[in-house]
Amino acid sequence: MATHRASPDRPDSVEGESGTDRRRFLGYLIAAPTLVAAAELGGSAVNPQQAHAAVPTPTQPVELYDLNDMLTHAAKPTANLIAVKVHPDGTVSFDLPRAEVGQGITTSSAMIVAEEMDLPLEKVHVTLSDARPELLFNQLTGGSNTTISTFTPIRVAAAIAKGRLLEAAAAEFGELVSELTSRAGVILSSGGNRATYGSLAKKAASVSTKQVSVELKGRSEFKVIGTPRTRIDAREIVTGRKKFAMDLDVPGAKPTMVCRPPTINGKVESVRNKAAVKAMPGITDVEVISTGVAVRGATFGQCVDAVRALDVDWGPGTEDGKSDQDVLEELRKAEIPLAVPKLGPLTKTVEGDFTFWFASNSALEPNCAVADVRSGRAEIWGGLKSPIAAQQTIAAKLGLPQGAVKVHVVEGGGSFGRKLFSDAALEAAEASQKMGKPVKLMWHRTDEFRQGRTHPMSTSRVRASYTLGNVLTYEQRHTSVGTDFGHGLGEIITSMAAKLPVGDLTFSETIFTLTQQSPYNFGVTTQLLNEVDRGFNTGSMRNIYSPNVRCAQELIVDRLAKAMKKDPYSFRREFIKGDRAQAVLKRVAEAGEWGRKMPEGTAQGIALHPEYHGVVAALAEIDCRPSAKDREVSEGFTGPRVTKVVCAVDVGLAVNPRGLEAQMMGGIMDGIALALTSSLHLKDGHFLEGSWDNYFYTRQWNTPPELEIIVMPPTTGKPGGAGELGVPAAMAAVACAYGRATGTMPTEFPINHSGDLGFEPLPTIPPIPQSPTDGLDHAF
Amino acid sequence: MPTHTFTLNGEQVTVEAEDDVRLLWVLRDLLGVTGPKYGCGIEVCKACTSHINGKAFNPCSVPVGELAAGDEVTTIEGLADSVGKELHPMQEAWLERDVAQCGYCQPGQIMTAVAKVEKARAEGREIGDADFDEIRNICRCGTYNRIREAITAAAREM
Repeated sequence: MATHRASPDRPDSVEGESGTDRRRFLGYLIAAPTLVAAAELGGSAVNPQQAHAAVPTPTQPVELYDLNDMLTHAAKPTANLIAVKVHPDGTVSFDLPRAEVGQGITTSSAMIVAEEMDLPLEKVHVTLSDARPELLFNQLTGGSNTTISTFTPIRVAAAIAKGRLLEAAAAEFGELVSELTSRAGVILSSGGNRATYGSLAKKAASVSTKQVSVELKGRSEFKVIGTPRTRIDAREIVTGRKKFAMDLDVPGAKPTMVCRPPTINGKVESVRNKAAVKAMPGITDVEVISTGVAVRGATFGQCVDAVRALDVDWGPGTEDGKSDQDVLEELRKAEIPLAVPKLGPLTKTVEGDFTFWFASNSALEPNCAVADVRSGRAEIWGGLKSPIAAQQTIAAKLGLPQGAVKVHVVEGGGSFGRKLFSDAALEAAEASQKMGKPVKLMWHRTDEFRQGRTHPMSTSRVRASYTLGNVLTYEQRHTSVGTDFGHGLGEIITSMAAKLPVGDLTFSETIFTLTQQSPYNFGVTTQLLNEVDRGFNTGSMRNIYSPNVRCAQELIVDRLAKAMKKDPYSFRREFIKGDRAQAVLKRVAEAGEWGRKMPEGTAQGIALHPEYHGVVAALAEIDCRPSAKDREVSEGFTGPRVTKVVCAVDVGLAVNPRGLEAQMMGGIMDGIALALTSSLHLKDGHFLEGSWDNYFYTRQWNTPPELEIIVMPPTTGKPGGAGELGVPAAMAAVACAYGRATGTMPTEFPINHSGDLGFEPLPTIPPIPQSPTDGLDHAF
Repeated sequence: MPTHTFTLNGEQVTVEAEDDVRLLWVLRDLLGVTGPKYGCGIEVCKACTSHINGKAFNPCSVPVGELAAGDEVTTIEGLADSVGKELHPMQEAWLERDVAQCGYCQPGQIMTAVAKVEKARAEGREIGDADFDEIRNICRCGTYNRIREAITAAAREM
């Protein structure tokens, strides 16, 4: 018998009775004391054997499909559901199986619920789910995928809840549902009756779990989706009440830090003064863990003292003795050759050879987690984007069954890819187990740069050929230090596969192939990846390969335009694929006054990037004159100043345009940093950077004083991804502007990497610096 | 162990701690006041920025033993009370422009912003681009432009 389960992503398309193109979706009412409605999250992916199963036809009454049928065909019929719950106080709660790290998904998810339920936004409370292993790889926050994958399921659950409330009200009033309207959390009837959602929450509860179908709102009816809204946690943030992992009050969890090795991934051989350090003021425990020596104490300040006092014999690391140039040589040897076919005599080529140095994706909230490991069980709190993988890895490390490890996802203070891994949670669990006490473990900032994950160094070789006004071929060979995808798709099986040398390479190539595309009609196009050297701690930094690949390509596009005697903007307009790309490009050129006359030493650059079902264009203006680049900022790096950025973004449908603008703004700041200022310098097996005054992420003095972000009107009507989309176009536009302002195409990024270091590196032993004592002297 | 008495967000507090423990950890780890955030511990990132006697400072770099009984420490939690309102105009401006993304650096940003506006005003001028360029607080989410807009707007209300 065919199963009738269907993912809301695979809707049952029908012509509605009115002849409009309304589509019905399937969801569930869940047996509960109060109204709970749910929808399947990526159901077809969770149950691949059912992925091709028949969807009920429109004429088939879905009510005939009973719970038994469902139970027969799925071991856990409600296992992969996301649910909205209506409470007697009139609020609605929704537990989102994703991690909020600043990208605004709690707000956009609340907006989607509010829209379908006709409820004020402030009545919707979104929390983050604990690790739910039954969701398999459907609890990973990455690839800018949250809204793409949850938009329809959340709408379905919310629409079912509203439909059920209407039915309950109709029964209560003794009127027909067609006589009722819902507005702002209240149901009104034409007969003058009135009931709040809260008063109906229990009456609308379902006594059995059953599948139901529902029709979603038409896009023309949207009153919340597509309107600019302020973050739902904004007030908590500005009053200091928002709680991050290190702000939680977990009984007995005391500050814990780790003394780390002087070279990348060095191991502890012995600790010479464990007893003396344990006797230091405030210190309660000193234990060797896999990554160093953990110390626990009354305050983090005393942990800093203890870490600095530890006398440790360190074994070798995984990259000892290596410096930037050694890694660059490894990459050169691994480059897949360019292989342009034989070309006619009139054909000419342009080429480029680009280097992208190591970069850090460290967020402002350092790696951290709370762990309480007791006999036979463990409880973890952290900003985790792969909580299921964290749960499974921690269980394996502690020797506990998976179900004995409870993993709570806490809102994180930024991620940029870093929170895909659970490094601090693993350390916290290990330390808590060895000490036999709860711990609140946090990395020191210096360790974040030196032992934390990096965006791997890479090279990109590009060759394009052209003749008679046409580009015939475009080849790109990207070669990178191995990118660790060990978080897999958030699930241990794929996670384990990614740890196999071959498996991981395939995984990297798969990711590369699935994400890299050329937006230009350049004839025969090949873009290939090779990766080498797995001794570094790496990961997916915001937008993974795209910023570097795109930056290289856009610089070559400028070079092609010049060789073919065309203006960079007109050239792009001529070769770009797709109406949406044309539209954003045109928009930034107009708003940014492309081609306006500018003084020598300053210039504009323009670039474009399609990904995540969206497309973005950026126009940047840069000032490379001495008056800009030689500005003095104490302990800071200035360099060429990006004076203006105009960005136009089309994500298909912006659920929250204000949030989308914020993501573009952040992406632009990242792009500026990657192009001009921020990198890690590898020397003798360790990175030299150890502070935010060494690692030059964009600061206020690098910020473009003029910034304009244009959100395009809806195009596809479906939301695309937003969190990473802004980085590559901004990086490339800045690089192109720099090339045009100076007359020299930049070939290494950031452009300042091989210049003066600009800071005095902190020592590696002790591994972290002491806090200053002169803070009062600097008060202003 | 030594005890330390000072005014914290309008109330007198007494806490036991070694003299050299930096105030940030006394606030966070001993008193449970978690608005000021750790971002570096070396007076660089400014995420812990709070006020002492009305001036911006970084508690990560002040040993608690240096505080005197009369010192008034204000963290983000006490900012609104310091002007006798539900929200300080700077916080209002922050909400109006939806400045925050992850929010981790924002308490420090707001405390710096208030001090910057007051400093410019004490010097007899309005805050502008040159002042913004001096702000050292890191925002790794890159909210810098909205910070500039919010400060400009709040300065009109302060």
